Amino acid sequence: MTQQEVLQEYLLRLADSDMILGQRLSELTGKAPAVEEELAVMNVALDLVGQARNWYEYAAELINDGRDADKLVFLRDAHEYRNLLMVEQPNDDYAVTMARQFFFDVWHYFTLKSLVNASDERVATIAAKAVKEATYHLRRSSEWVKRMGDGTEESHRRIQDAFNLLWRFTGELITPDEVDHAMFKAGIGPDPEQIKQDWFGMVREVAAQATLTVGEEDAWMYMGGKRGEHTEHLGHILAVMQFLPRAYPDATTW
Amino acid sequence: MTEHEPSSVDVLIASDRVPANARPELLTEDAIWALLDKVLDPEVPAVSVVELGIVRDLSWDGTHLTIDVTPTYSGCPATELIEELIAEAMRAAGIRDPQINRVLTPAWTTDWITEEGREKLRAFGIAPPEGSASKMSLLGADEVIACPLCGSTHTERLSEFGSTACKALYRCLDCREPFDYFKCI
Repeated sequence: MTQQEVLQEYLLRLADSDMILGQRLSELTGKAPAVEEELAVMNVALDLVGQARNWYEYAAELINDGRDADKLVFLRDAHEYRNLLMVEQPNDDYAVTMARQFFFDVWHYFTLKSLVNASDERVATIAAKAVKEATYHLRRSSEWVKRMGDGTEESHRRIQDAFNLLWRFTGELITPDEVDHAMFKAGIGPDPEQIKQDWFGMVREVAAQATLTVGEEDAWMYMGGKRGEHTEHLGHILAVMQFLPRAYPDATTW
Repeated sequence: MTEHEPSSVDVLIASDRVPANARPELLTEDAIWALLDKVLDPEVPAVSVVELGIVRDLSWDGTHLTIDVTPTYSGCPATELIEELIAEAMRAAGIRDPQINRVLTPAWTTDWITEEGREKLRAFGIAPPEGSASKMSLLGADEVIACPLCGSTHTERLSEFGSTACKALYRCLDCREPFDYFKCI
């Protein structure tokens, strides 16, 4: 891969994770457990879709094959998606929704914080905007983890179950592959070692306050999302998300 | 975002919007800023786009106008509408084809909301952002937010998020009214 192809790949990973999590959260429209949660979840989804658009637009300019942000979102199939497996997992119990958000937010926050200093100006610009939003997301999801963990017997059990269920997808957040290494070398992506330390640092700190146990660092992990190998859930998300633009490809007004 | 090619009909309509007797060449930059200060944020119609701090710059040579606008949030759904409202206001003043640039850097911060803007927010029932965005800690204690209706600082946060991306939901424990707080970012 050329340097530019690596960057395109990396941008699609950032964009796809934002987009798929935004779409997942949107499924809670009208179904969140409380009206305040509904507002919060929709706002987080909106931030993520907005950030995804910024990454896609940059990726589309580099790819330069006539596809715009919309085409990248609506006309790629599951194996072309580069999102983390964590974000495509179902909303399930609200404790699962919040645990998923928390694991992602910690990764997202430290990644964006590092990307603010990227040698690529456009990346730094988009990250500078996004990191403010991610900070807010993390404040909220870590609060929820603490409330549930240190709450009632039932809330504790449910968030602990969620931690146990999702732990197998956390390895992908902090295990670098050749694209991550190349991006770090190019002065764009974060230092993979640093991300790993920061991620574990914060997850353990919040878990301790929440009286929750986290899994083993060397537990068996599901990987492959960044290479386009997904769990069965992504296809279903895309079926819902892409139906309209695929059925009516020439529609310009919804 | 997909742009469609302007058809002759669009061009005709766009030019029709410019009043025939307008003399845009007489407008100064200050006058254009004053016009922009009349364009209200569609989601928070208490403040103008200038008071909100989202108009970053403009250049005007008597014929060509370029305005730099920055979104409040990456996913702010009002971004396109605000750009269109600004362009519309400029056309109404006789300026043809105003160019609106969307700039992301430096990222918008609530520190750019003007003093007048903050007062208008408060009068509208929205508590303005407290403190400086640069000093906000990640997991630190929350700022004390005063109720915009009765002024009491005896308030509690109901949700980190409110009716739009830029707001959080609070409740006053004295007058019991819920209110929006313009989040500090």
